[in-house]
Amino acid sequence: MLRFMVRRLFTLIPVMFGVTLVIFFLSYISLGDPVRAMMGQRGDPEVIAQIRQDYGLDLPFYQQYTRYLGNLLQGDLGRSYRLQRRVSEMIIERLPATLRLATAAMLLAVVCGCTAGILAALRPSSWIDHLVMVVSLFGISTPVFWSGLMLILLFASQWRWFPISGYGDGGLWHLILPAITLGALQTGYIARMTRSSLRDVMHQDYMQTARAKGLREHIIICKHGLKNAAIPVVTVMGISFADLLTGAPLTETIFAWPGIGRMMVSAVGNRDFPVVMGCTLVFALVYVMANLVVDMLYTWLDPRIRYDQKA
Amino acid sequence: MTPLRQHPSLLTGTILLLALLLTAIFAPWLTSSDPYLAAPWESLKPPQWSHPLGTDWLGRDIWSRVAHGARVSLQVGLMVEAIAVVIGVWVGALAAYYGGVFDILLMRLTDTFMAFPSLVLAIALMAVFQQPGLLNVIIVLSVLGWTPIARVVRGSVLGTKEQDFVHAIRAMGAGHGRVLFRHILPNCFAPIIVTATIGIAGNIVAEAGLSFLGFGTQPPTVSWGTMLAQGRNYLTVKPWVCIFPGLALMLTVLGFNLFGDGLRDVFDPRTRIAEKHRG
Repeated sequence: MLRFMVRRLFTLIPVMFGVTLVIFFLSYISLGDPVRAMMGQRGDPEVIAQIRQDYGLDLPFYQQYTRYLGNLLQGDLGRSYRLQRRVSEMIIERLPATLRLATAAMLLAVVCGCTAGILAALRPSSWIDHLVMVVSLFGISTPVFWSGLMLILLFASQWRWFPISGYGDGGLWHLILPAITLGALQTGYIARMTRSSLRDVMHQDYMQTARAKGLREHIIICKHGLKNAAIPVVTVMGISFADLLTGAPLTETIFAWPGIGRMMVSAVGNRDFPVVMGCTLVFALVYVMANLVVDMLYTWLDPRIRYDQKA
Repeated sequence: MTPLRQHPSLLTGTILLLALLLTAIFAPWLTSSDPYLAAPWESLKPPQWSHPLGTDWLGRDIWSRVAHGARVSLQVGLMVEAIAVVIGVWVGALAAYYGGVFDILLMRLTDTFMAFPSLVLAIALMAVFQQPGLLNVIIVLSVLGWTPIARVVRGSVLGTKEQDFVHAIRAMGAGHGRVLFRHILPNCFAPIIVTATIGIAGNIVAEAGLSFLGFGTQPPTVSWGTMLAQGRNYLTVKPWVCIFPGLALMLTVLGFNLFGDGLRDVFDPRTRIAEKHRG
């Protein structure tokens, strides 16, 4: 297991190198001049040249990139053009809000999605099964920015159960609507995958054997069924976590949630490239790590998968 | 008609997509108002006979704007996917067919692109362009959209290239190009079509999402995402401004998802047989 983890971590190096290269390349080829944007059209050319020199923007590509990579290895993501603050500090400030939202959404998706999927799988072709399939299909097909607006309209504006937007004092009340918005899509995916995977497993020979042994149905389902049905579900959860990150900028913008997604959207509007690059890098890093965790979970769920043995 | 009758999801998806297609094509004839024409005296009217979906804050007919918005959504969805399929098929097919270093390099490139949450990278890419707009959205989404196709094609080509009929064609003296494009790729058609169909839905949502954030299609071009972004200010008082563009978007995505699911069932009878045995 340890060898697999180390090997898997090593495979991340070229991917993360590629990620930094893509991010830096985007910033390098960006058509707008950030210094010009910062200073305005009437900025003094000498001052502009000085700022370009200070930020290393006058250097050739490879020098700028190696400088960026060197700084990155020291945890330095640069300074915001607009706020003159360290990007790493800004991200550290905002990341907990994004992770809080993503974790709540994921928790909601896993609990609701798995429960709905199990109920549907245990009663094939029943009204529960049809209801789960239809609701999950709508969940998958509804864009987060529209479902967010509709939740605000119903639960915050019409019925006034929840606040319209904002972080508040960090309490649960402000978290519920954004988490439902962000988690709805994933709930749909997880419910469909749990249903399909558990239905496959229910007809396996070992399930019949467990029944023949006289085990109670709930023990058969929990101990033998769910664990064996879990691998495809875990895969979907990994993909779902990645999708959560995709939805984060939109959800955070709708609910004025102070996370890095919203910070990134503002930074793009302000052409604040160090902030855009920093946020993109953090999103990519979390995404890659989520996939790594999924790989680790496989070995726990299915002991037949032994990554540390050569095939 | 048989596949349509046997697959309710394919039938529903086809109906939704046909409705979308017809609305997009015949938008000028299906609507009585100009989608761009402001009529301030009719501002924020609720749905009524003359304006079936109401009017927005400038008095523009929402039905007319939703119908014309379908053109933009469909245009972006189809164009991006067409470009993505061309790039993805080339990358996936060449990587799988030639293998070795070529495969490793192309797949590491694919991995790199897949290491980003798609909308996050799309937002970052939009920052590169000084002016957001429809063309830039198409470029950005095409740059990002080819990776799932490349993976699917690579998998299919890897599976097909070792089959007996391919060896037989090679033994008959066929060149690499002929083997790959005339004999292997046509056998990978089904997974490409299914992935592309679901990809179109993703492109439409991505365009709307980018436009919603202000980085996509810009006014005066009508886009469902822009309509939602502008309608947000009136959400709590005149909700129809937001409800209908979003509903159109949801039904479109639903249509493509159902159509894609249905196609998968048609192309892969194992799914259908398994369902029958389990059900």
